[in-house]
Amino acid sequence: MKIILNNTPETLDGIEKLTVDELLKVKNFSFKMLVIKINEKLVKKEDYATATVKDGDNVAIIHLISGG
Amino acid sequence: MNNYREILKTKTVGIAGCGGLGSNCAIALARVGIGKLIIADFDVIAESNLNRQYFFLNQVGQKKAFALKENITRIDPKIVVEAHDIKLDPDSIVSLFKDCDVVVEAFDQAAMKQMIIETVLGKMPGKPIVSGMGLAGWGKNNLLTTHKFDNLYICGDMETEVSEDLPPLGPRVGIVANMEANQVMELLLG
Repeated sequence: MKIILNNTPETLDGIEKLTVDELLKVKNFSFKMLVIKINEKLVKKEDYATATVKDGDNVAIIHLISGG
Repeated sequence: MNNYREILKTKTVGIAGCGGLGSNCAIALARVGIGKLIIADFDVIAESNLNRQYFFLNQVGQKKAFALKENITRIDPKIVVEAHDIKLDPDSIVSLFKDCDVVVEAFDQAAMKQMIIETVLGKMPGKPIVSGMGLAGWGKNNLLTTHKFDNLYICGDMETEVSEDLPPLGPRVGIVANMEANQVMELLLG
């Protein structure tokens, strides 16, 4: 399937849909502190195991980094 | 656009945190004549903050929110400043910033950044939020950029986390703080 991940087109071969947790694993996101949006809608941490990403979705995965 | 000050003086910006990002961002917005700033921080100025935060040696020990209000007023007394000595949480973010045209995230801790971004995106639909992320150390000017995710704007390199080897310092924190202010201007003026 094809998605937009952080404003960049991505192709995930052989996958039709997956949960946010699975996407984090596939893309090797290791940071604990994240803000995730699918199609402009916020996905809360407790929903990472159930919220699904499918073909055509626009996904933002933002690492939260300390400093200010 | 010569009438930018006419437009900006009708606008209100909320700034969450009055440290390296918040103090410098507030001062930049004050200099261009923003109408009203709502600023919030619970902390007290330490001497170690003076490497990047817009305060002065004789203000060490003062509450950051109130000292920042004083500094803004010294630049332009016409700017209305609402200063809150408070540790922000989701409820106070919604109540303090509900009438702001834009909210600026200016915290230092990642957990707080996550909390305000989730609060604004989740509970304040349509409200633009400008965040500063990745600003530690020095140099690497060209990594500093702005990423847009709908109404969330992130200024910084999105990489460098503050650590013992990568302290937050005036030049790079100041750049990101001014990027945030510049992004606010673009949102308000088009």
